[in-house]
Amino acid sequence: MPTKPAGTLYRGKTGMWSWVLHRITGVAIFFFLLVHTLDTALVRMSPADYDKVIATYKGAIIGFAELGLVAAILFHALNGIRVTLIDFWSKGTKYQRVMFWVVIALAVILFAGFAPRHIMNVIHDIELGY
Amino acid sequence: MVVIETPRSPRSRKAAKFERWGWLYMRISGMFLLVLIFGHLIINLVMNGGITQISFAFVAGKWADPFWKIWDGLMLWLALIHGTNGMRTIVNDYTERETLRKVLNYTLWVVCVSLIVLGTLVITTFDPCVDSSVSHTLSVCK
Repeated sequence: MPTKPAGTLYRGKTGMWSWVLHRITGVAIFFFLLVHTLDTALVRMSPADYDKVIATYKGAIIGFAELGLVAAILFHALNGIRVTLIDFWSKGTKYQRVMFWVVIALAVILFAGFAPRHIMNVIHDIELGY
Repeated sequence: MVVIETPRSPRSRKAAKFERWGWLYMRISGMFLLVLIFGHLIINLVMNGGITQISFAFVAGKWADPFWKIWDGLMLWLALIHGTNGMRTIVNDYTERETLRKVLNYTLWVVCVSLIVLGTLVITTFDPCVDSSVSHTLSVCK
């Protein structure tokens, strides 16, 4: 019996989603990099202004946004290894799907190690009155 | 009218060479950035109170050692070029009008070069005693 056509929308499964996530995290990290280069440049001009800007990094809003930044960096870095292995390792394409889940697992484990520590540091600084 | 080139239409030899170097650069710089950025995050965001320790004095302390100046300088150059080239790839994928594509890519490289120049000057001309009202607490300025 003929089955219903699956439709024309591209569904690339894990390969497609890793590509999508790599792009989104890459763009996010790029814009942070622009801001971070500019805020760090303040150390050459005004130490007091640098400390003021850094205080916002320790505040509740940006402090918690940093969790997203670190999550993005973890995925982008680990998936970058996967992309490189797909290109250079003879068995890379064969194991790309397995490697995607290894990337996700490692990112989750590393994030779980980082997040509680960072949250405690941010809360500690908020209590200090930053 | 938007003209979509046939998938098999060849690039010029020069463009093909540039894309090949770009492709290779992303992988090589990526491996360096893996070490540089993870190290940066562990030192600045995980160890010794993480984000709470960051201040002008912290930066001055790190940059008293040329090792960290080179580390941060490498990170600046490699990351900005890596990020700009990634954004260029995205612009090339999604822009339809040739002028818009060129304007966006041109803007990306201008921003990239400006920030590399700015950041390199900040690192190479850094003065821990630039502001007497803050740096009097630093032992190097006494």
